[in-house]
Amino acid sequence: MIEFRDVSFVHQNGVRALDGVSLRVDAGEFVALVGENGAGKTTLVKHVTGLLKPASGSVLVDGVDTRAASTAQLSRKVGVAFQNPDHQLFSETVEEEMSFALRNFGFPPEVVRERVSWGLELFGLGEYRRSSPLILSGGEKKRLTLACILAWDPQVVMLDEPTVGQDAIQKEKLAGTILMLKSAGKTVVVVSHDIEFLWPIQPRVVVMKGGRVVGDGPATAIMQDRDLLASARVAQPQLVEFYQELHRRPGTPFVHPLDAARWAEEAMLP
Amino acid sequence: MADILRVEGLSFRYPDSPKSAVSDFELSIPEGEIVVLAGPSGCGKSTLLRAVNGLIPHMYGGEYSGDVLVAGSSVKSSNMRDLAQTVGFLFQNPENQIFMFSVERDVAFGLENLGVPREEMRARVDEALRLLRIGDLAQRAPHELSDGQKQRVALAGVLAMRPKLVILDEPTSLLDPKTASELVALVAKLRGELGTTFVVVEHRLDLLVEVADRLVVMDGGRKVLEGTPMDVLFDNEAEAHGVAIPAVAKVQRLLAEREAGKAAAAKLLTPSALALAVEGRLT
Repeated sequence: MIEFRDVSFVHQNGVRALDGVSLRVDAGEFVALVGENGAGKTTLVKHVTGLLKPASGSVLVDGVDTRAASTAQLSRKVGVAFQNPDHQLFSETVEEEMSFALRNFGFPPEVVRERVSWGLELFGLGEYRRSSPLILSGGEKKRLTLACILAWDPQVVMLDEPTVGQDAIQKEKLAGTILMLKSAGKTVVVVSHDIEFLWPIQPRVVVMKGGRVVGDGPATAIMQDRDLLASARVAQPQLVEFYQELHRRPGTPFVHPLDAARWAEEAMLP
Repeated sequence: MADILRVEGLSFRYPDSPKSAVSDFELSIPEGEIVVLAGPSGCGKSTLLRAVNGLIPHMYGGEYSGDVLVAGSSVKSSNMRDLAQTVGFLFQNPENQIFMFSVERDVAFGLENLGVPREEMRARVDEALRLLRIGDLAQRAPHELSDGQKQRVALAGVLAMRPKLVILDEPTSLLDPKTASELVALVAKLRGELGTTFVVVEHRLDLLVEVADRLVVMDGGRKVLEGTPMDVLFDNEAEAHGVAIPAVAKVQRLLAEREAGKAAAAKLLTPSALALAVEGRLT
């Protein structure tokens, strides 16, 4: 669904943000991009939407080279919730904000109405329907941008730091939404520093550092690679560290690190 | 020690809003404490903070009752100019508060507005750059910096005003885990060196539990829990109020329940220390 072929990109100030990135994400995959600030994660996302075009190499989205496609064509396929929701909210009311893209994509009015109600309901924003998006809290704005994107049903959903400003309850709902999208066959790419959020939902993890991909694999494998994570300034999930420590002890039975807490609970003396 | 912040029975309702954003809120913070404010989104945290830095009632209309005292002065009868020198505010996204052409000019911006004499401005800017270890960035353009560096530039601008109270709104949310723990260590260091009081709004508690004196949880505009971080994390109600309990804290709580009779845990164990403690109790 998304393919980067040896992509490099240099910002105007001379910083090389992507340095020979090759990466393939198949349809229906759920991928997390992790790595230190400035590793190139957001630049990579902007290449998928066509906001940035590679200096060398090529980016294909659903088989189409982003240099040959307009941003409008790509945005029908790829929905992105950027890190700072203020950059993408501009309407007078929350309802208007959600309707905007749907109308632009030519959905009939009754479909627009239905989907707006569905999205506001799903993300607990119903009470703000006629309010200005500007009065929402940071976390609510992030949920609104996500609702706007899901409403037009793109094939690829990209979320840049979606957990910022979200409390534990909202994070759990967000995790549920991501898993729902995955089971609906969507391709989901999440950029996040929030390792504790990512761990239980087990994405494929792509680790970036200095504009390069330095690690790529299932969460279980990558999150146990202490040296790789440390080199990219990414923390290990607490429970993985806990699990690894316990398993240094000879004779400890094998459990999946996801089950470490439950296993410890059952194995502890009353 | 004197209270740097006292919130006395504060209630506030925005115009056109059916319910109060903050209700009957009481809080006292002694000078030099690090206090974490948590709670679900929409719980009234931002409204409370606006009532502390004076945006409420000076910039927002609405129904206001009770009082907020910062360093002994009532916010509603203080002017914004005086408040800006007592209360510093670091926004969630540093891009919202850095905008000059060089880091140095950015850090000096607040002081320039107050008309601080040139030599003193120089000294305060240098001090802030030194405290945050960004002296080498002084001539750089802020938009060229990394997020972690921008965050430190914004914080330097706040500290140059020498506020007694600094409010940080989710300061680690845009930072990678390593940079985030460096920022938390910096907060502890500044408290130690300058005696600054910090109120930190944060959902991610794993980092802050180490350095915070107190955790206050809000829900529905009210204060619902208050105590040492460990007391709150071990409170069964905390999760229902949207507090993210660090994964290790849950295991540690189970361990503490099995050790009934022993004093409650004083601090959050690191994952490896927890593994050792659990190992000692395995069948």
